[in-house]
Amino acid sequence: MFIWFTLLADWLVYDCLGLSNQSQLAQALHFFVEDTSKIFALLIIMIYAIGWLRAALNVERVRGYLAGKPKWIGYTMGSGFGAVTPFCSCSSIPVFLGFTSAGIPIGITMAFLLTSPLINEVAILLLFSLLGLEITLLYIATGMAIGIVGGAILDLLRAERWLQPIAAKAYAMGQESSQVATNPANGNAETITWRHRHQFAKSETKEIFGRVWKWVVIGVGLGAALHGFVPAGWLEANLGDGQWWSVPLAVLAGIPLYANATGVIPVMESLLIQGVPLGTTLAFCMSTVAASFPEFVMLKQVMQWRLLALVFALLLTSFTLMGWVLNLLQ
Amino acid sequence: MNIEILGSGCKKCTNLAEEVSQVAQQMDSEFNLDKVTDMAKILEYGVMSTPAIVINGAVITAGSVPSTKEIESLLQAHC
Repeated sequence: MFIWFTLLADWLVYDCLGLSNQSQLAQALHFFVEDTSKIFALLIIMIYAIGWLRAALNVERVRGYLAGKPKWIGYTMGSGFGAVTPFCSCSSIPVFLGFTSAGIPIGITMAFLLTSPLINEVAILLLFSLLGLEITLLYIATGMAIGIVGGAILDLLRAERWLQPIAAKAYAMGQESSQVATNPANGNAETITWRHRHQFAKSETKEIFGRVWKWVVIGVGLGAALHGFVPAGWLEANLGDGQWWSVPLAVLAGIPLYANATGVIPVMESLLIQGVPLGTTLAFCMSTVAASFPEFVMLKQVMQWRLLALVFALLLTSFTLMGWVLNLLQ
Repeated sequence: MNIEILGSGCKKCTNLAEEVSQVAQQMDSEFNLDKVTDMAKILEYGVMSTPAIVINGAVITAGSVPSTKEIESLLQAHC
């Protein structure tokens, strides 16, 4: 079914603009038109469909599921819910406080918050359509593993020592009683009607598409530039053997760049096509997505510098290790 | 009627506050609207997903930006 987007790009670039299919500009433009149109169409369908499915899931429910679970199950569940629960990143702080005050260990809460930006439904479906099942599964597995291991390490180091006063208060509340405060907004008894689902899915589609479309354009634009203008084989010749230093370098390069998972996947596709090894590519992309300064400045409200630096270092180390391992296995 | 909008001050929360204040003005009842960004206060209400609407101390919605129509009926039900 994807042939339609190739035909559209053929028609626009070769027929309408009359460019020769030998020129670099035409090739880059063709790639850009084909990928953006394909991604936009997929996004709208997918966000709607998934919004429909998860209309009933919210952070309040997740907190109910996570409270009182044994730790190892908790990390895995926390990370899994982080991947699927819809929540605005501006809610990170209330979620952190809410989980903590319900007696959920910091590590489980962090497994939730760390996995959340790395894996989301849009990213997964894009990955699947652009790069296939194998890489998608690998991406999900590594993303979740980073959340789970990161959370476990934070608990081992007793991260609760380095909370800001307000978060420490929430933590103390959680230790006193594991009773989850109930209020009307917890909405456990609320039943979800078809109309509700449609409403939710519609507003999700509008909201998410409105937010990510520009990232897709930037991402695909960069991908197209790589595709058309970087001499074929140049990246492969220089990074193709998975030289050990290329992985930490990729992670460092990803820090100042900030994109969400949706924008970075088209870039990932291009890097892989250009022959950059999988481990290096994933390390770069995950670092771009997860190690973002705006997010960390926000977390400063609940964490002391020491804990913040620890989380940051933990992320960078795990991206690097993951990159090395994947390059070795390849 | 005492309305509070809870939120960290992101775009969604500001939009919601604006919307609610417009609806309340049209309803022509006396009201007082506060934007609450203090996390300690938000925690006290037990709210995790922002933005949230609080009327006279009770949490009415959390984690969503209701449509103008919904806001209208919510306000009418609670004033």
